Amino acid sequence: MAVSVAERVLTGQHFMNGDTACAEGALAAGCSFFAGYPITPSTEIAERLARRLPEVGGCYVQMEDELGSMAAVLGASWAGAKAMSATSGPGFTLMMENIGLGVMTETPCVVVDVQRGGPSTGLPTLVSQADVMQAKWGSHGDFEPIAYSPSSPQEMFDLTIKAFNAAERYRTPVFVMGDEVVGHMTERVTIPPPGEIETVDRKRPSAPPNDGWLPYAAGKDLVPAMPRAGEGYNIHVTGLTHDERGYPTNDPQVHDRLVRRLSRKVQANAQQICEFEKLHTDDAETVVIAYGATARAARQAVLAARERGIRAGLFRLITLWPFPRGAIKELTNTARRFVVAEMNLGQVAREVERYTRRPISWVTHAGGAMFAPEPILRAIMEARP
Amino acid sequence: MSGAQVRIPLDSSVVRVPVGQVYVLPERCKGCRFCIEFCPEQVLAESAGMNAKGYHYPVVAEGKEDACVNCRFCKLVCPEFAIYTEEL
Amino acid sequence: MTREIVVSAHPLDGLLRADRLPHIWCPGCGLGSTMACLANAMAESAIPTDQHVVVSGIGCSGRVAGYLKVDSFHTTHGRAIPFATGLKLANPELEVTVFSGDGDLFAIGGNHFIHAARRNIDLNVICVNNFNYGMTGGQAGPTTPMGARSTTTPLGNAEPAFNLPHLAASLGAVFVARWTSLHVRQLEKAMRRAMEKDGFTFIEVLSPCPVGFGKSNDIGEGLDEMWMYRKNCDIDPGIDLSRAGIDMKHDSTIALGNFVDIERPAFRPAGGGR
Repeated sequence: MAVSVAERVLTGQHFMNGDTACAEGALAAGCSFFAGYPITPSTEIAERLARRLPEVGGCYVQMEDELGSMAAVLGASWAGAKAMSATSGPGFTLMMENIGLGVMTETPCVVVDVQRGGPSTGLPTLVSQADVMQAKWGSHGDFEPIAYSPSSPQEMFDLTIKAFNAAERYRTPVFVMGDEVVGHMTERVTIPPPGEIETVDRKRPSAPPNDGWLPYAAGKDLVPAMPRAGEGYNIHVTGLTHDERGYPTNDPQVHDRLVRRLSRKVQANAQQICEFEKLHTDDAETVVIAYGATARAARQAVLAARERGIRAGLFRLITLWPFPRGAIKELTNTARRFVVAEMNLGQVAREVERYTRRPISWVTHAGGAMFAPEPILRAIMEARP
Repeated sequence: MSGAQVRIPLDSSVVRVPVGQVYVLPERCKGCRFCIEFCPEQVLAESAGMNAKGYHYPVVAEGKEDACVNCRFCKLVCPEFAIYTEEL
Repeated sequence: MTREIVVSAHPLDGLLRADRLPHIWCPGCGLGSTMACLANAMAESAIPTDQHVVVSGIGCSGRVAGYLKVDSFHTTHGRAIPFATGLKLANPELEVTVFSGDGDLFAIGGNHFIHAARRNIDLNVICVNNFNYGMTGGQAGPTTPMGARSTTTPLGNAEPAFNLPHLAASLGAVFVARWTSLHVRQLEKAMRRAMEKDGFTFIEVLSPCPVGFGKSNDIGEGLDEMWMYRKNCDIDPGIDLSRAGIDMKHDSTIALGNFVDIERPAFRPAGGGR
């Protein structure tokens, strides 16, 4: 699609592919820096931003690898930019090192993972949802990620904006866990006028630089204010564990306090961050849990089940992390059984198991093709006693 | 005429060799001896006493009280920011 | 003049996080001297200190970021250069200095060095070369001379070492210099020159590392290595860089100087950007 518009927000109706919509969502959120490396099926995000970012006064740079890309994203964020990268499984793996640095230094940024078949080089051009647990555990150490799961090009647009907002609000890297189907499909995308798009900016220090200021001291919201490099705050930012001055420390108690605060700043806000969609779950005996591209097939399966008189419902995860355990537990009260459908070997199913004693049918495959509704419908029907 | 007289610069009454004052922060010193051994005028010597960490720090050597020319080499080469000079 | 005057503050303390002194480096290590030169160079440069930013990697050299009182970033191993690239591209007004070590910049970080030099990103890269991985106890690295002993080369290093100025010059760096932590005046001047220049500049600083390298390689204390620099270094800026390798043997010459000082357009993102 030829674009030569120097506007950030392309208000209007579009017929747009998911990757392109993601790039446009980033621009609408205020993204001004992209550093990345080509990798199928996310390359279109980079290609779109390579053209659009310079048009809106931003910067696109193609780095030599994903390790460098993630480092550059963090550096740009510290210079004040809303920064992002986009990749797929193998690149996501390489980015884990500096995602950890982003978590530890509380650097806002967005990483889009358009998932494809793995492990390793896997199925470069075909879909999977196999990086879900990697988003949670891929970088070493304890931390609470925030990860969104779009099911359509429209959501690639909307959730990328939400990802930037969450990154700024909570000062942490945020993931958009797309997949190859949603990334490469073309569908209607409605882009609202800029005035109707909520954007959030990081909390800034409330006073000019002074010697007593503690850069990593946080108030009740557990999120410290963030200055920019070059403003005179003389902040020291390190991946080593640190105290409230930002100075490295060996003290286990200070370390524990820091790591817990980094986790709690997301956990304590899980209610606000978690998003999901329920379809016919109020009276559902069998609840299907699905996300991303699979949710589209799951919806069809649930509707088909209803037509057969089966009380089925769909619980669609819009955020994968924090995991909506409260909502799942609540469903346990009304649902008799669950069906979890996903294009991996049961990564979310394993998580659901932790929050319910109800039987769970796992409908899984390792990726490569989009789910049709039939296997999910079969599982719904077989799950009945 | 002796060689020393021939070599006196014509403006020597106007141009003076700088004279420096040595300042030391003994508690920072780690006893590396860079300042002592590389001072171009050999102004410094090891202290008799030690700082709290057991290192001998630099002091002005006997007879060298007027020898410092404020070249500031010690200020740059000291790894510990434990010594500097200023022009008197 | 009188005897020495004992004081409790140093003129460079304003640029240091003096509340964290004494720093962690060993007696005889040249990192403190190199940092003193950098602090002086920043203070003397025409650029306001608020605009100076220091980015470091992991290792003893990486700790410099924690002692300098400017916006300073202690990043992951090998990734200081791309992090600095992000900072510089997002805010070209910043004066970005990357200060790191031989292993961080040339082993794990080698690929990033190559590409930043190729692009000619406006960064001042300072590599303190102490010929080993010091922080982790003295393992061999890409600049450890062949035959040298380290904790991972107990039988003598079987690998040839990088010749860093040759490498940097071949990649198109616009300013390439090598000095030592003894040659503080020339080093400080070279740092100021690097800051003035637009483009990718590289300064290799040789430093003693008595604990990690010197004591296992017939050099002894930091002072002994400084005397070795005094004796063996030859200021030879016109040398053919392919012959400027270092073997740290007692009878070998070490070439020092500002070897390269050229002009090449610094990286600007396509379409103008910022």
